[in-house]
Amino acid sequence: MYGKKVKLRILFLSFIFLTIILTIFLVLKSLEENVVYFVSPTEIKNLAELDKKKVRVGGMVKEGSIQTSSNQISFIITDFKHEINVSFSGAVPNLFAEGKGVVAEGFLRDRNFLNAKKILAKHDENYMPPEVKEALEIK
Amino acid sequence: MLVSQLGYYSLILGLILSLGLLSYSFICLRDGNNILQKNIYSISFLQLFSVVLSFFCLIYSFIISDFSNETVYNNSHTTKPIFYKISGTWGNHEGSLLLWLLVLTLFIFLFLVSSKNQPKKYRLLTLFFQQIIISGFFLFLLFTSNPFSNLFPVPKEGLGLNPILQDPALAIHPPILYLGYVGSSIIFSSSLAALVQKNINRNWAKHIKKWILVSWIFLTLGIMLGAIWAYYELGWGGFWFWDPVENVSLMPWLCLTALLHAIIVLEKRLILKSWTLILSIATFTLSMSGTFLVRSGILNSVHTFANDPKRGIFILIFLFVLIFLSVLIFFFYQIKENDSQKKIFWLSKETSILINNWFMMYFLSVILIGTTYPIFLEVLIEEKISVGPPFYYKLLVPFLIPFLIFMAIGPKIKWIKDKFKKIRIYQIIFLVISFLIAYLIINKTSSQYLFTTVLIAAAFYLFFNTLRDFLRKDSKLSQNISHFGFSIFILSILFNGIFSNEISANMKIGDEIKFNKGLIKFKKIEIYKEQNYESIIASFEIEDEKKNIITLNPEIRIYNQPAIFTSEADIKSSIFTDKFLVMSLLKGEDYFNVRYQNKPFMLWIWISISFVAFGGLISFVKKIK
Repeated sequence: MYGKKVKLRILFLSFIFLTIILTIFLVLKSLEENVVYFVSPTEIKNLAELDKKKVRVGGMVKEGSIQTSSNQISFIITDFKHEINVSFSGAVPNLFAEGKGVVAEGFLRDRNFLNAKKILAKHDENYMPPEVKEALEIK
Repeated sequence: MLVSQLGYYSLILGLILSLGLLSYSFICLRDGNNILQKNIYSISFLQLFSVVLSFFCLIYSFIISDFSNETVYNNSHTTKPIFYKISGTWGNHEGSLLLWLLVLTLFIFLFLVSSKNQPKKYRLLTLFFQQIIISGFFLFLLFTSNPFSNLFPVPKEGLGLNPILQDPALAIHPPILYLGYVGSSIIFSSSLAALVQKNINRNWAKHIKKWILVSWIFLTLGIMLGAIWAYYELGWGGFWFWDPVENVSLMPWLCLTALLHAIIVLEKRLILKSWTLILSIATFTLSMSGTFLVRSGILNSVHTFANDPKRGIFILIFLFVLIFLSVLIFFFYQIKENDSQKKIFWLSKETSILINNWFMMYFLSVILIGTTYPIFLEVLIEEKISVGPPFYYKLLVPFLIPFLIFMAIGPKIKWIKDKFKKIRIYQIIFLVISFLIAYLIINKTSSQYLFTTVLIAAAFYLFFNTLRDFLRKDSKLSQNISHFGFSIFILSILFNGIFSNEISANMKIGDEIKFNKGLIKFKKIEIYKEQNYESIIASFEIEDEKKNIITLNPEIRIYNQPAIFTSEADIKSSIFTDKFLVMSLLKGEDYFNVRYQNKPFMLWIWISISFVAFGGLISFVKKIK
């Protein structure tokens, strides 16, 4: 049979192998749980069933749709095909304005309503999230 | 204009010198001749000079607002303060690449001057590899991102610098970070040279460790400056968002930290040669791919200056050439490690450093996967996703517990072979005290989690151990300071995460809101006119439960060119807590969007990172003595 040295080496190698497999499994699993999908208002309308997971909705803030009260902000995201109502309480970025691109992250209440937990607008007045750009180009 | 022309031709001269140095060092290597050695210094210095000259030409163009230069036109404006005119030089794609090139040429010159006691062939080879990188960057700069391209007719006014980049921390963040990034190029070239020369020995390890330290210190400080900037300028009150662009700077850092530890083993025991080389190559490759990902526009962020596919493709090809070259050399000149020395006893300093490396590699791969997975997914199945902070927390934080404990014990273990002595009493005391403190802290808060307790206990355990090691004679001061800093770093982050609280609301002038048994009052706003922006300064009174009142004055700046709002948070820092208030404008409404945060131990995060870097500095100073 094999010597002690070889056995030890096999044991060691299989140990490493198992660790790697386990790590990959762990990583992939948490990846699956923690990714946030990006959707446009049109895609939400066409959803077969509502997801309970967090989503990011991107598009333009509709002109004249921002309404502010003391504890929340509501507005409409449009991709010029379909619209979705968004309500949000928290801090909005400076570039959040009507007629500008926006990405809202949160949970869908139904196909017409998003409870946003985070609003992302980028750092540049010319900048548009690529997702929004694409969504707008499709129209 | 004349100055732009001068800068441009100076760059071309630099490229010619680079190609000259390439062929020169090649000929020298082939013939093995020993003459003309002096020339190398002068040519290398001339190259450095030409890049410095062209860099100053660009700065000068920025200062005099020469809008016939396209780079200046795109990124500057006459009303901008002089300080930001200068820092705007490297606040854009072309200028920052010129800076990158400047550091590259500076470092190879310094390398040549400071490595006189190394074998000549090794130095020539390093020069050769480094010049390959340098000429690549010259070509990239001249053909895809010329900082001196002309504009005609000459515009009267420039487009202005993105206002959120007009900030002191951001003026020095790129140069410092680049010193770190580019320092890794010297490590890369020199490792390949040493490999080809079969020169990987104690002497080399000692010599290259200085360079590893230099780039590690600068990378650490550079990342910290970026984080500080994000903290007060982006107005979210956090300092790390697991944004892809932040991740790509963290990855080379992790790799470099692993290398910093591995090189010690190489120096002492002459083992782990291949591993050290892989780390050297990987560090530079990660730095380069970071540049690629950021500059190519694949990752969108404030760092993406322009999306030009040509640039992305160039860097990608360049990157592949370098990786291919290094892998080829790595296999061609494969090292045979000495078998008798190869064995590592399980309880030894070697093992403990290897464990550190394993952890580093794990952290690195998690971040790598989290950063690149969305890109692959989009290419493969056109699904758009983003990977959020929970992913990183879930996979990184649990592993911090064993990591911290190993970090506390590792440095005490002896080289080659150590024995299990009786467990010292003080170790048990430390462990008990750590758990006790952690328990008391967590118990006081509402978050009663076993996990957090263990994590804090582990951090305290490291804290006490490093504290005690300051008294031990055989401990290394530099290493101890860095580890001590790291323990404070982890503790501050944890306390910051657990004890932070915040409120956000939409407020009109005169409004009051309750917060934490205290009160936040919106007193008034004042409007001022500044050189290139209009500023709205608000006045808030924060009253805590003990009726102490502080005033915070957050500001909104409305820049004229480009027309952007930025929020300047007002932060009252004290030893124990930061009070952070930021507001933003809701267009066409009376309301201001206000966010108030209490962030404990914020200051200690910066102090502790400085400790970590300071440890590196001490080690460096000792080395050059």
